[in-house]
Amino acid sequence: MSLNLPVYLDHNATTPCDPRVVEAMIPYFTQSFGNAASRNHSFGWQAENAVDNAREQVAKLIGADPKEIIFTSGATEGDNLGIKGVFDMYASKGNHIITCNIEHKAVIDTCKHIEREGGEVTYLDVKPNGLIDLQELEAAIKPTTILIAIMYANNEIGTIMPVREISALARKHGVLFFTDGVQAVGKIPVDVNKDGIDIMAFTAHKMYGPKGVGALYVRRKNPRVKVTAQIDGGGHERGMRSGTLNVPGIVGFGKACEICMQEMESDTARIIKLRDKLENALLKVEESYLNGDKEARLPHVTNISFKYVEGEGLMMGFNKNIALSSGSACTSASLEPSYVLKALGLGDDLAHSSLRFGLGRYTTEEQIDFTIEQVSGTVNKLREMSPLWEMFKEGIDLNTIEWAHH
Amino acid sequence: MAYSEKVIDHYQNPKNVGTLDKSKNTVGTGLVGAPECGDVMRLQIEVDEATGIIKDAKFKTFGCGSAIASSSLATEWLKGKSVDDAVKIDNMTIVEELNLPPVKIHCSVLAEDAIKAAINDYRKKNGLEELKFEESVIH
Repeated sequence: MSLNLPVYLDHNATTPCDPRVVEAMIPYFTQSFGNAASRNHSFGWQAENAVDNAREQVAKLIGADPKEIIFTSGATEGDNLGIKGVFDMYASKGNHIITCNIEHKAVIDTCKHIEREGGEVTYLDVKPNGLIDLQELEAAIKPTTILIAIMYANNEIGTIMPVREISALARKHGVLFFTDGVQAVGKIPVDVNKDGIDIMAFTAHKMYGPKGVGALYVRRKNPRVKVTAQIDGGGHERGMRSGTLNVPGIVGFGKACEICMQEMESDTARIIKLRDKLENALLKVEESYLNGDKEARLPHVTNISFKYVEGEGLMMGFNKNIALSSGSACTSASLEPSYVLKALGLGDDLAHSSLRFGLGRYTTEEQIDFTIEQVSGTVNKLREMSPLWEMFKEGIDLNTIEWAHH
Repeated sequence: MAYSEKVIDHYQNPKNVGTLDKSKNTVGTGLVGAPECGDVMRLQIEVDEATGIIKDAKFKTFGCGSAIASSSLATEWLKGKSVDDAVKIDNMTIVEELNLPPVKIHCSVLAEDAIKAAINDYRKKNGLEELKFEESVIH
């Protein structure tokens, strides 16, 4: 097979739509364009049927009942609705939420908002491998705690949280468990009952579906959970999320879920081999380090720091041909590197030197070989012009140098 | 964010990468930035004692493409200049030459600081008073 350029290795950011998804969506733009809430004519019925079908496909992927699926515009909305919705609904029970400091900004910023509204939030630190400490979690639970919000898998390092242990603790203390399932659903088996999840946000565009559509899973039994709507106007989605349903998007989401369900095993087996090939080759580069837990991890992600080279400079060496992302933040006004990597205890230097590789359904072995060659070649080239590399090679301890901090 | 062609050219074909012998009295070394900030520049000049002209300049930079390009350009401009003229290199001329966007102006500031640090190191080695510079505004 020939090499397809450019190589897309940023599947944690978004995924391409599967052509089968697009095909399923097309009729719902032009022919079956009805409003799913129109109850009195065939256009509405067609749309409603399509949504019902998709709701089943989505529910099936996570082992839920279709009635437990609330369609949203995406996971940011789902995170907002899940967390704010619980905070509002369970205000009489308490105002304390426990989360952790490597959550996605959609969760962290939502929690910050809740603090401004008079809520109390505990942000748990993570261990150097990116996982939370269960004892610390249990110790943080108070009589006023109403929600534990911990992500299923992290977007930057791909580590998978001990979800079942977390939900067991939540159950034990009568606290609800919300999880941001964006990176996990469709990639690894997620089952809301086996995993003990009460509320979960996820989105279509991370699993080969379209952008602008997602879902919030809200448990209906044991316990029955309710969230206060954050968008008013018509009482769609069992009153929890008003607004005309994005029928083509939802149809695409459903199809994407169906495909993930059918092909997850074979996709994973193939992708994990490629990921490991990439990772093993890049870790052979001198002074390169894997970030996050090696075992409890998504099959398609690896995050590696190449000491003494800066991530953005590194990407520039191949970004015409390879798309990926870095924990460095040379373009941001603050110049602060990734807060996720810093939370693992990485020094700023290693955080600035990191690259995140996210493989996907269409990644080929030729592309991985090309990436290995390009990345290691650029690392070597940049080290030749790195003063830090020269000092390291001369045996100078960089920590003993008084840097002019900017 | 797309880089300008000049930045890409300096990045791909950096001029004057290397190391001068810092034990020599004719060599001045400036090391600025910090690994924590994602930018470290080392700029060196070698001065012809007879003429006061910078006869060689070398750099090594840890940083993004704009930082590499800024230091590469600085070494080009330094060569052939007198030390007195080199002091006058202003970061904004680097910004203009490389079309750096606002978020990358700090890279040019770093290059200017590196030039000044190298010159002062040279002056110090040769028993001259170190020049005082106003603190750069943008960091």
